[in-house]
Amino acid sequence: MAKILETRKLTPVTKYFLLDAPLIAAAAQPGQFVMVRIREGGERIPITIADYDREAGALAIVVQEAGATTKRLCALEAGQEILDLAGPLGSPVEIPESGHICGVGGGFGTAALLCLLRECIRRGHPTTALVGARTKELLIFVDELKQVCTNVEVCTDDGSAGFKGFVSQRLEQLIKGETPGRPDFVVAIGPMAMMRAVAEVTRGPMVKTLVSMDPLMVDGTGMCGGCRVTVAGEPKFACVDGPCLDGHEVDFEEAMRRNKMYVREEKLALERIACAAGKES
Amino acid sequence: MPVKRADKTSMPQREAQARARDFLEVNKGYTPYHAAFEAERCLRCQNPVCVEGCPVRVPIPEFMHAVATGNMQEAAKILRTANPLPAICGRVCPQESQCEAECHLAKRFEPVGIGYLERFVADWERAQPPAVTANITRKEKVAIVGSGPSGLVCAGELARLGYPVTIYEALHAPGGVLRYGIPEFRLPKEILDWEIGILKQMGVEINCNVVIGKTLTLDDLFGRLGFSAVFIGTGAGLPQFLKIPGENLNGVFSANEYLTRINLMRAFQFPEADTPLRVGERVAVIGAGNTAMDAVRSALRMGAKKGMIVYRRSEKEMSARVEEYHHALEEGVEFHWLCNPVEVLGDESGWVTGLKCQKMKLGEPDSSGRARPVPIAGSEFVLPVDNVVLAIGTTPNPLLVKTTPGLGTTKRGCLVAEESTGLTTRPHVYAGGDAVTGAATVILAAGAGKRAAAAIHRDLSSNNGSLDVNKTRRPK
Ligand SMILES: Cc1cc2nc3c(=O)[nH]c(=O)nc-3n(C[C@H](O)[C@H](O)[C@H](O)COP(=O)(O)OP(=O)(O)OC[C@H]3O[C@@H](n4cnc5c(N)ncnc54)[C@H](O)[C@@H]3O)c2cc1C
Ligand SMILES: Cc1cc2nc3c(=O)[nH]c(=O)nc-3n(C[C@H](O)[C@H](O)[C@H](O)COP(=O)(O)OP(=O)(O)OC[C@H]3O[C@@H](n4cnc5c(N)ncnc54)[C@H](O)[C@@H]3O)c2cc1C
Ligand code: FES
Repeated sequence: MAKILETRKLTPVTKYFLLDAPLIAAAAQPGQFVMVRIREGGERIPITIADYDREAGALAIVVQEAGATTKRLCALEAGQEILDLAGPLGSPVEIPESGHICGVGGGFGTAALLCLLRECIRRGHPTTALVGARTKELLIFVDELKQVCTNVEVCTDDGSAGFKGFVSQRLEQLIKGETPGRPDFVVAIGPMAMMRAVAEVTRGPMVKTLVSMDPLMVDGTGMCGGCRVTVAGEPKFACVDGPCLDGHEVDFEEAMRRNKMYVREEKLALERIACAAGKES
Repeated sequence: MPVKRADKTSMPQREAQARARDFLEVNKGYTPYHAAFEAERCLRCQNPVCVEGCPVRVPIPEFMHAVATGNMQEAAKILRTANPLPAICGRVCPQESQCEAECHLAKRFEPVGIGYLERFVADWERAQPPAVTANITRKEKVAIVGSGPSGLVCAGELARLGYPVTIYEALHAPGGVLRYGIPEFRLPKEILDWEIGILKQMGVEINCNVVIGKTLTLDDLFGRLGFSAVFIGTGAGLPQFLKIPGENLNGVFSANEYLTRINLMRAFQFPEADTPLRVGERVAVIGAGNTAMDAVRSALRMGAKKGMIVYRRSEKEMSARVEEYHHALEEGVEFHWLCNPVEVLGDESGWVTGLKCQKMKLGEPDSSGRARPVPIAGSEFVLPVDNVVLAIGTTPNPLLVKTTPGLGTTKRGCLVAEESTGLTTRPHVYAGGDAVTGAATVILAAGAGKRAAAAIHRDLSSNNGSLDVNKTRRPK
């Protein structure tokens, strides 16, 4: 059981949760995730650790409504409890010794940049956060990132804020030398299509790029093999070998296909929620 | 006096057609009449070799005598002193290759139904009001990592000796493979829950959702949390893959994922339970151990029209329990012996459509002592399938070892531990079960948990740590 200490609606479809989880907060490192189960009979879903406060014993996560489980989770408020919370799982991001580090975030992935970039700055790296969304209203965590990072750039598809275009396009400009200049290391966390585009941009110029893969998971401890992702032709388990894996070596096409495995069942589950809501009202 | 009868009293079971569509238990269990009738067949040999065949040395003749004379209390007591998980072992032990294989009767007739009687007595006991209470008399705390049979037994033995015991389990529910692997139709969860309930009554604390090596390190257990000894029973949960083309197509699963979705996550109740499993019409399971039988029989129960076992050796080399094999046959499972999968085929959207196999013949025995399968050139054929489930073995999960300095492992990733005590390469750290042996059996894991508990007791007693019983308080 983990008590919800605080919640905040970030956009119509994303919500911030601060959880009372002292053991996990004490051990958490950037790049790791937790497994969440919110009710009896519920699914175990992985959620990235957005931030942690070891002293307060608190853990922050940001959840985007995708299907039945995330919808139910986003309906919870401060004071309520999450049935099962396990973590921190996965391998922490290996932050390089030196160089300009660029964190690229999209969707809920932006939140995960917070603890990562704070750690980079603590170690004295020049750091850039590149944050993207379709439109201004869907941007999250820009203010929080500005508090830890001096250089935060915003990109929107429709140009309603910051750079007009994709984060990958802006990244390309940086690599070509626009201020703040070519990063030495990129970590991309967000939708797979975005991460794939980022990896394509950094491949030619050979900028080392990690992408945070989010395959379907069951246990999150290396027991089921359901989260396997092909990296350089070899099967890796995203829950233990990742979730951050080498973006230039990941087989994105396979990964995206595997994530669609349960589309039919997910629709069924969502319809049931809608149905139940209909009955109540 | 023993009564001469050639045949084992058969186990009443549910009819194959009906049971192959639900997850209710297949075997119905003996009635008291059946039990006494069967126990009378025991010859009470002077030299009870059946006991030698039992990994935990249940005093079988004494136990048979108690059943035959209707002294159930006594039977239960005898059984439980040797085997702490009788209701479970009575259902899942491969008796035909252990106690029953040694039975003198087996030379000419069928052996005594030792497994069936073990199950009967344990079920009788389960119907009685439990008589245990917490009696914590020691101050040294012991931590158990993993709640499979080895961890549960180790915890129970230590609690009986008066130690405060805490189990840490990575998943959200305890039981290990008994929970996530072995299906309800062989081992109803109710029985596992009962065993775990007894442990709780004995004062054992169970903390789920704690991954040792991630949430807490082994050093945290000794340091910050103040445990005096640790038992590692983390099992062999890492699935193996064949490394053949097409293995990552949608619809290819490890047996662990397939069974975990069904058993732990209750996919058979989808959409009431939230976790789905896409079961195809035609399911091929690779392998012929207990895991393979469980996966293929579960597939049928999940609605598959056809369940197939594909195995590169022959029926003779199969490692599944004979009873499960017979049940699978009765339920309509198809067996493709001497077939080796070489490629998984898929359609343009990435879903499995077929399994390409090569016919094999048996050659000379290999290092495992079993005949080595040799491919027959030009014998490839395609089985049309929608699911491929790999049940080709597991190895110990490296998660804990990776984050724990000083824990020695073998080349195969198994923990190095002393046979008789379970002591690892670190002081006060013991290990047992599949984490040490590689994938094995419930009874071997239970036996290892028991031996380790005794060793931990010796270890901690030599430090002169007993408490004044009157002052004992449960440490928080
Ligand atoms: C390591 C990891 C970290 C993650 N971190 C976060 C996070 O911080 N915040 C957050 O909101 N989500 C995160 N996710 C994704 C989250 O786990 C899924 O959104 C969730 O499992 C969906 O569950 P559901 O029942 O609500 O939706 P479902 O009904 O299961 O799915 C709804 C839709 O989402 C898609 N989907 C399902 N699972 C995933 C997935 N793993 N990745 C992408 N799409 C998926 C489905 O294809 C479907 O279209 C993470 C996933 C992984 C593997
Ligand atoms: C499908 C299937 C069917 C089987 N059928 C039979 C049968 O019929 N008869 C038989 O005798 N045997 C059978 N076996 C084998 C038997 O189940 C195992 O040998 C036995 O369960 C091993 O017990 P264990 O205690 O070593 O570990 P497990 O049962 O594997 O339990 C290990 C536990 O430790 C937990 N864990 C792992 N790492 C950590 C960590 N770092 N921190 C916290 N917790 C952790 C795991 O989540 C798990 O719950 C079967 C196995 C399978 C998979
Ligand atoms: S989620 Fe099961 S192995 Fe990674």
